[in-house]
Amino acid sequence: MPKLTIDGKEIEVSDGLTVLQACELAGVEIPRFCYHDRLSVAGNCRMCLVEMERAPKPIASCAMPVGEGMVIKTNTDTVRKARNGVMEFLLINHPLDCPICDQGGECDLQDQAMAYGFDRSRYQENKRAVTEKYMGPLIKTIMTRCIQCTRCVRFATEVAGVEEIGLVNRGEHAEITTLEKAVNSELSGNMVDVCPVGALTSRPYAFSARPWELRKTDSIDVMDAVGSNVRIDTRGREVMRVLPRLHEQINEEWISDKTRHACDGLARQRLDRPYLRNGEGRLEAVSWAEAFRAISERLKGLDGGKIAAVAGDLCDAESMFALKQLMNGLGSQNLDCRQDGAKLDASCRAGYLFNTTIAGIEQADAVLLIGTNPRWEAAMVNARLRKRFLMGGIKAGLIGQRVDLTFPYDYLGAGPDSLAELAEGRGAFAEVLEKAERPMLILGMGALARDDGAAVLATARKLAERFGMIGEGWNGFNVLHTAAGRVAGLDLGFLPGSGGRDLEGILQGASDGTIAAVYLLGADEIDMSRLGRPGEGPFVIYQGHHGDAGAHRADVILPGAAYPEKNATYVNTEGRVQLARLASFPPGEAREDWTILRALSETVGQRLPYDNLGELRQALIEANPLFAAIDQIEPAAWGDFGQAGAMGSEPFVSPIGNFYMTDPISRASETMAECTEAFGLGAKGEATGTHG
Amino acid sequence: MLSDKDRIFTNLYGQDDWSLAGARKRGVWDNTKKLVELGRENIIEMVKESGLRGRGGAGFPTGLKWSFMPKESSDRPAYLVVNADESEPGSCKDREILRNDPHRLLEGCLVAGFAMGAKACYIYIRGEYFHEGSQVQKAIDEAYEAGLIGKNAAGSGYDYDIYLHRGAGAYICGEETALLESLEGKKGQPRLKPPFPAAVGLYGCPTTINNVETIAVVPEILRRGVEWWTGLGRPNNTGTKIFSISGHVNKPLNVEEEMGIPMKELIEKHAGGVTGGWDNLLAVIPGGSSVPCLPASTCSTILMDFDSLREAQSGLGTAAVIVMDKSTDIVAAIARLSHFYMHESCGQCTPCREGTGWMYRVMTRMIRGDAEVEEIDTLLDVTYQVEGHTICALGDAAAWPIQGLLRHFRPEVERRILDFKKTQQAAE
Repeated sequence: MPKLTIDGKEIEVSDGLTVLQACELAGVEIPRFCYHDRLSVAGNCRMCLVEMERAPKPIASCAMPVGEGMVIKTNTDTVRKARNGVMEFLLINHPLDCPICDQGGECDLQDQAMAYGFDRSRYQENKRAVTEKYMGPLIKTIMTRCIQCTRCVRFATEVAGVEEIGLVNRGEHAEITTLEKAVNSELSGNMVDVCPVGALTSRPYAFSARPWELRKTDSIDVMDAVGSNVRIDTRGREVMRVLPRLHEQINEEWISDKTRHACDGLARQRLDRPYLRNGEGRLEAVSWAEAFRAISERLKGLDGGKIAAVAGDLCDAESMFALKQLMNGLGSQNLDCRQDGAKLDASCRAGYLFNTTIAGIEQADAVLLIGTNPRWEAAMVNARLRKRFLMGGIKAGLIGQRVDLTFPYDYLGAGPDSLAELAEGRGAFAEVLEKAERPMLILGMGALARDDGAAVLATARKLAERFGMIGEGWNGFNVLHTAAGRVAGLDLGFLPGSGGRDLEGILQGASDGTIAAVYLLGADEIDMSRLGRPGEGPFVIYQGHHGDAGAHRADVILPGAAYPEKNATYVNTEGRVQLARLASFPPGEAREDWTILRALSETVGQRLPYDNLGELRQALIEANPLFAAIDQIEPAAWGDFGQAGAMGSEPFVSPIGNFYMTDPISRASETMAECTEAFGLGAKGEATGTHG
Repeated sequence: MLSDKDRIFTNLYGQDDWSLAGARKRGVWDNTKKLVELGRENIIEMVKESGLRGRGGAGFPTGLKWSFMPKESSDRPAYLVVNADESEPGSCKDREILRNDPHRLLEGCLVAGFAMGAKACYIYIRGEYFHEGSQVQKAIDEAYEAGLIGKNAAGSGYDYDIYLHRGAGAYICGEETALLESLEGKKGQPRLKPPFPAAVGLYGCPTTINNVETIAVVPEILRRGVEWWTGLGRPNNTGTKIFSISGHVNKPLNVEEEMGIPMKELIEKHAGGVTGGWDNLLAVIPGGSSVPCLPASTCSTILMDFDSLREAQSGLGTAAVIVMDKSTDIVAAIARLSHFYMHESCGQCTPCREGTGWMYRVMTRMIRGDAEVEEIDTLLDVTYQVEGHTICALGDAAAWPIQGLLRHFRPEVERRILDFKKTQQAAE
C-alpha cells in the first residue's frame, strides 16, 4: 500500500494503481482523452500530464504506476501550461464544427476545451483534413475530428477481439482506418461510445437529436437473456437511441449492436389498435370492447382443456403471471413459455440458470461450451469470456458449431456423441476439466431445444457433477438462454400444469381439433402453419406489439407495449430480477400488457384480483418471493433435473442464424436489415434485382 | 590531438582488410576468452569506472545501464540489442564501423552481452545501410565459423548468438523502444516508460539497447585498461569518440578524436577548415541535427564533449558536426530540419504529431519573412509546448533546432519579417 502526496494531501492507495487513478481517489480530476478504465494504457494524448517531484519532465499520470513516497502536483503552472499546450495542439487540426457534430453536448473535447483550453487559436495555417472511412452500417466517420487517441483500436482488439481497425501512416498523416471494411463485430457500437470526440458517431442516429433534448430513462434490454442495463433516450414518444448503463455484474459498460440499434424497429410495423378477423377472413380494426366481446363469445362455454396459451421471448413477468392466472381461472393448464421447445426442467432452479453468473466467469479456469455460440446468443457473456481469456490461465472447449468466438478453444466435436464421450471422462479435454479448480460449462439452447434435449440436460448435469463443477461457493453449471422472458416464465411456472399440454401438445391439439383457442402472448417464433389457416384451425388471440408472424395468423389482435413502453420485471439468464422502466408510451390504442389481460379477465368473467401494478407485483411476489429481490443473485440449490435417456446423433446447431434479426423488434428494424446485408447474413438468393 | 597508438578504430577508412583475418591483425578477437573470464561483475565495474557514456546521443553512463539488468537468471532470457539504425542527419560514424570494422562490434557484442547475462544479441541495422548490413552478416558468418560466437563462444564456455535485423528506414525506429517494437514486427512507435527495457524489453524480456560505437569500444577498454581510457578526455567525458564532420568544410570526414577536443581544432586540423576560412563561419550544429546550433563566436572556444556543450545550451549528441558558413540561409536550413522531424514523427502522441507540422509551417513562412514579429514568440512557445511533453525524445529533437535558431539568430529572423513587410508595402 504505497503512500503518496497529491497536491499536498497524503493518500494511501493499493498497489498497482496508476497515478491518475490515485489522483481520482484523492478527489483530483485529471483530464484525459486516450485513457479508458477498461482498455490498455496508450499514454498518447498527453492530456493527463502532472508534475512529479524529482522527475525532470511532467509525467503521463495514466501510465505511471504509483510508488512509495511519490509527490504529485496537479495544480502548478507547469501542469497548467502542459494541459493548455496539449489542448491547443488537439484543436489546431480539429474542425471545430461542433454546431453540426453529433457529439456536440456530450463531447470530451468540448468539455475539456472549456476547462483547460485557450479561448482563441494561434494557429494560422491551413487545417488538415482527413478522408472519411467506411466502417459499416452502424458507425459514421468524420475522421477530420479524430484526435488519434486509439481508444477504438484498443477496444476492437482487446474487448471485441477483432483486429479490424488500426492506425496507419505516421506523423500528421496518422489515420484510424478499417481499410474500407465494415467493422464485423457484434460490439462495434461501443466504439462510438469510447470515441471521446465526434470522429465515430452512430450512423442510424446521425443528425436526429441533441443530447439535451432527450429524456433519459434507465431500463433493461430484452434483445437477449443477459438483461443488459441500458439507458433509453426518448424525444416525445419516439425512442431515439439506446445506450449502455454501467452494471459491473452484467454488461460492464458495453452493449451489443442489436441492443443498441434495434430501437428503430420500435417505430415500424407496430400494432396500434385492436383488430378482429371479419367474415371475409380479413383483419379489421375494431374497438377494444368489440375485440374483448369477440373473445368472450368464443371462449364462453369452452372447456378449459381446449384453451391454451403460449408466452413469447420478450414477455415480462407481470403479463405472464396475469395470463397464467387468467388461464388457470378458465380451467386451462395448457401453458408454455418455451417457444423453441427447449427441454428445460423447472423442477430445479439451478437446472435452468446461469449459476456461475456473468461476473463469475472471471473466476473460472476452464470452460466447456455445449451447443452454443455465445457471441451471438449473448454477446455480453462472450465479451466476459474473452476478458477472462485475456487474463490468462483458462482453457476452453466447444461442442457444437465451429464458430469464431474471439478467443481460442479446443474443438471437441459437433454433437451429443462428443458430449457423451467427455461425460465418460474420455478425451484430452476431460483432463483439463479434471485439473481445473473452477471449471464451468455453458449449455446453449442449441443443445436443449431438440427432441433429446432432456437427455442432453441430464448428461450435462452428470458431466458437471463428475468434474467437480458443483461445490462449496462454486456452481459451474450454466444454461445460456436466448429469450429475455424465459427465466421469469420458468420461475413463475408458465408451464404445463398437471395434465396440461406443452408446446408440442398444444400444436398437436391445434391440428387435430382438441385445442379450440390459443392465446399467443407475444409468441412469434412458433411454427404458425401448425395452427392452421384462419377460420380452419383454433381461434387465435395474439397480444403483442409488432405485426409479425403471430399477428398474421391471429383472429383477434390485442395491441400491447414493447419493452421501453412499460414498467415491467425481467429475470435474466443468471436469475437476476431487474426492473425495466417506462420510457415512452405505447402507440395509438396499444396498452401495457398486464392491463389488457386485467380488462379481458373481466369480460370473460375471471376477474384478476389486482387493479394496479403494485397489487400485481404483490401477488407475483406472494407466488414467488424471488421476484422481491431486485438485482440480486440468489444461489440456486443443486438438485436432480433432466431426464436420462438416449441422445440422438444430430449435431448441435445454435438457434441464432442471424444475430441481427431474432425477434419482432429487430426484424422490423431497418438498421438491423442493413447489418444483415452488410455482414452477409441474409437469406441467400432473395435479391430480385428490383429490391433497391 | 589523439595519437595513433590510442586509436581504437584503426580501419575507420577501410584501407585494410575488413574481414576476420584483417581484424585479427588489428587486435580484434585477441584472446577474447580472457575478457570474458573477467566475470560479469568485473566487466560492469570496469565499464562503470571507465566513465564510458553512450555514444548514441543521450550520453547515459553505459556501465550504469548494464547494471539495471537482472543479476539472477530467470526463465525469461535477457537480450542485448545493438542500435545500428543510424539515421540522425549529419551522423555517419556507425556506418564506418559496420562496413570497415564489423568484427570490433561483434567482439563487443559478445563481451557486453556476457556482462549483462544476455542470451543473444540483435543488431538492428538501418535498412538503407544495405552494403553495411551485408558486411556485418558476412562478419557474423565468419565469426560463427571460427567459433567466436555461437556455442562456447571464443572458447569461453558461454553460448551466445548474434542476429542481424534490417530496419525499413524510419528515423523513429532508432528510438530504443520503437526499435524494439519494430524488431518484434510491430509498427515502430515508442513505448511508454516505465517499464524500462531492462525490466520489460524485447518480447517482454530484460533488454539493453546500446549504440554501435558504445559496444565496439568496450573490448578495447577492457584490454587496455580503465586508466588508459580515463586518461583521455576530461572527467565524466572520457575516452575517444568518432566525430562526423560535414557541411561547409574543405574535407568532410569521420575522425576518431579525444573527447573534449576544441571544436576549432577539430575542424581545422581534420576537416581542412571552414570553407573560406574560420572567419567565414556562421554557425555549427555540434551533435547531429537535433541539437541546437551554436554561433561562430561560441565555436571558437567550445570543447567537444557532453558537459561543455550542454553548458552552451547545446549537446554532443552523436558528435555529428554540421558546419555552416556565411553563405548559408540559416532559417531555411533549420526549416529543412523541421520538415525532417515532421516527416519522421510517428504520430502517436499529440504534441509531436501536431506540433512538428505547426513548427514546420511557421518556419517555412519565416524563410521569406512572411510572418508577424509576434509569431516568433508564438513559435518559441510552441517549441516549449512540445519539448518534454512527448513520449519519446523526438519531440525535443524537433523543438531544439528552432530554439537554437531563435536563441542566436533572432535578429536575422526579425529582419526578414520587416524586409518582407517593406516589399509588400512597396508593391502596394
